Amino acid sequence: MKNWFMLTLVGSDKPGIVAKVTQVLYENHYNLGETSMLRLGGNFSIMMMVNGEGSSDDIRNKLSDVCKELGFHLHIDTIEGLLHQHQIPNVKITVSGADREGIIAQVTGSLYKKGFNILNLDSDVAGTVEHPIYIMHIEGIAAEGAESISELVSDLSTDGVDISVYAIDTMVG
Amino acid sequence: MSIHPILTYPDELLKRISTAVDKFDDELLRFIDDLEETMADGPGAVGIAAPQIGHAVRIVIVDVSSRKKIKHHGHMVLINPEITEWEGLAVGREGCLSVPDYTGNVVRAEKIKLNAFNQFGETLSFEMEGYEARAVQHEIDHLDGLLFLDRLVSRRNDLFERKVYQK
Repeated sequence: MKNWFMLTLVGSDKPGIVAKVTQVLYENHYNLGETSMLRLGGNFSIMMMVNGEGSSDDIRNKLSDVCKELGFHLHIDTIEGLLHQHQIPNVKITVSGADREGIIAQVTGSLYKKGFNILNLDSDVAGTVEHPIYIMHIEGIAAEGAESISELVSDLSTDGVDISVYAIDTMVG
Repeated sequence: MSIHPILTYPDELLKRISTAVDKFDDELLRFIDDLEETMADGPGAVGIAAPQIGHAVRIVIVDVSSRKKIKHHGHMVLINPEITEWEGLAVGREGCLSVPDYTGNVVRAEKIKLNAFNQFGETLSFEMEGYEARAVQHEIDHLDGLLFLDRLVSRRNDLFERKVYQK
């Protein structure tokens, strides 16, 4: 399908953002594809695949009032809209521990070397100001299955960091 | 034998409650052959339920024997299946021939006990667990008009409990 755009909206979180933005898009005959909203450190962020007859300038124009009202930053990219091609992850990895520098880089670097393809990743800083803790979930595809990346656990589970690798065996019925 | 088209969500026929089979005859055997062939044609499917091909009757087929390193009972035709006991809970990923291009996490009983009839009207009873128990629960849901979409839990922040590699 032609004329797909990726909208990225970032601002401080408040109720009603999604409703206001999607209403404007709907009224102007833009359709949504896949979307993902995340609240990161109290900031609102959403990425939306948007399809329609207009241009990115037109979308920016139509959303300018609502963005001004909400104090939002809007970024628009022209994209290919590849729907109906979900890949199915076969491995889930959880990482948790005391917050420390470089942890994402170490884990994902190690996964990359083993040919692992990340499909989903999210990480949180929880705990308290004095004692932050770090929690990360990764899902993706290991061509050779979960066993092939199980060394990750012994290689990186140090310094109070816990890493677990789980096989995801999807049941289709 | 023939391959039937698979009904896909949001087809209302998938929401019907199926009726029990009361005749074990040649017509039933022919229908089961068709169901079998349709399942084999589906990409990687380990089970199928009669409502998925538009027949609201209580028949499912489950065969998880293609999966490595799991306990299973091989190929099962389950007619009028009834789960009599549930034990434990587990999160696992499911997909469905009737919901293309989507998978999600679902909580199911870890172990079940099950009574059913086979295609010849003989009574069967099973105790099963894990992946096979999940498949059977998924298929029996179809007989009650439910899809795994009705039971989804968050994709984030949930734990799997199989084949864990940890320190």
